[in-house]
Amino acid sequence: MTEPVSLEVNGRRETGRAEPRMTLVDFLRSELGLTGTHVGCEQGVCGACTVVLDGVAVRGCLVFAVQADGAQVQTVEGLGRDGLHPLQQAFWEAQALQCGFCTPGFLMTAVVALEEEPTMDRAQLRERLSGNLCRCTGYQSIVEAVARAAEQLQPRPLDGPDEGSGER
Amino acid sequence: MKTAPFRYVRAETVEQALAALVSDEDARVLAGGQSLVPIMALRLSTPSVLVDITRCTELRSHGWDGPDLTVGAAVTDRVLERDPEVGRGHPLLARTLSLIAHPEIRARGTLCGSLAHADPAAELPALLLASDGHVLVRGPEGSRSIAAEQFFTGPFSPALQPGELVVGARVPAPRRTSGWSVEELSRRRGDFAIVGVVCVLDVGDDDRCSRARLSLFGVASTPVRARPAEQLLVGSDLQDDALDAAAAVCFDGVEVLGDEVHASAAYRRRAGTALVRRALGSAARLATGSRHD
Repeated sequence: MTEPVSLEVNGRRETGRAEPRMTLVDFLRSELGLTGTHVGCEQGVCGACTVVLDGVAVRGCLVFAVQADGAQVQTVEGLGRDGLHPLQQAFWEAQALQCGFCTPGFLMTAVVALEEEPTMDRAQLRERLSGNLCRCTGYQSIVEAVARAAEQLQPRPLDGPDEGSGER
Repeated sequence: MKTAPFRYVRAETVEQALAALVSDEDARVLAGGQSLVPIMALRLSTPSVLVDITRCTELRSHGWDGPDLTVGAAVTDRVLERDPEVGRGHPLLARTLSLIAHPEIRARGTLCGSLAHADPAAELPALLLASDGHVLVRGPEGSRSIAAEQFFTGPFSPALQPGELVVGARVPAPRRTSGWSVEELSRRRGDFAIVGVVCVLDVGDDDRCSRARLSLFGVASTPVRARPAEQLLVGSDLQDDALDAAAAVCFDGVEVLGDEVHASAAYRRRAGTALVRRALGSAARLATGSRHD
């Protein structure tokens, strides 16, 4: 038996029907055709399915679509509608992806992370990204990309001494 | 894998949730779902009905009752973690929350859900035990409050009767002058602990330890108090010799989990003893430091 589910996805009102057991990520992909969000482990480990639910990054495989009824969802399709989002551009430039399977999850984790804490140092960034798995890059370039995007989105330098303080 | 089919009930009130729970003996409560949904996806759990309590308004608040933090069953770890009052008033809880999985899991996972799930390797049950906390329950027979000591009866086995719902938890904060610490050893950041410890040390006017709580997680079928170690600590000066002696007996009387894929029992004991010593050191520094500020 299916139930009606109504969501605002990337600013657009979307409706569909879902069996209670259908996860949010499956709903986005198979009912709404938004296949940018990937399905990895389906048990909350890999982070490939990360989407933003009412402003918070969550595992799309650990939320049932019926639970999200009425919510606002952001997916990777909502990033950078006019060209690449600064994070996507930084991923491109820092070569932060190889196969790209984990990338949408990393992007959605990072976009929320930078909104919430724009001035993280690299250790904090690594911690913040630790819930997403990548089997290609070794993470170095992903951390680099997010740090670059952070610099671009926020005029303050990451990891550098505060040269303007004048207290030496 | 996909979960087996189930019927979904969205409860708006505790009464609705209780009614749904008694309607079917295979009904289960869905709060954050960060433990339940994975085990359902693995078909280790196949409930017939899921009762979603996340929209029950009365379960969505937390606050202070004297030195005790009370947390409703639908309050997420993230909400607690981001509340500066929790950070100031219960720094041990704030630190413990930061060790749980990853931000995306804490975004939906709940403190009470972790208690009700009763994973022996989870942090929050051990915290409740070390804090002398209580689980607040409502059911067909009315309300009751269950001490942490009585609540965890076995792996994934809370002391709940059929039809009962965890509605909240009472988590006493360490006193300002107490020392506390939480430490865990895991393969990777965010994994469940191979061995972990939560400790709270109170110090009296004579600078000696007046009360000690040391709970271990990831080592036995439930979180477990290291009572022989606690007994050695109480009355001691919390100096290195006393802490060494306490750490040395921290596994006495504990039935340590046997060999499994992550670690052998011998490794758990050995690494755990070092971890406990480290935890006692930082808790003792906090406790004695706060008395001489």
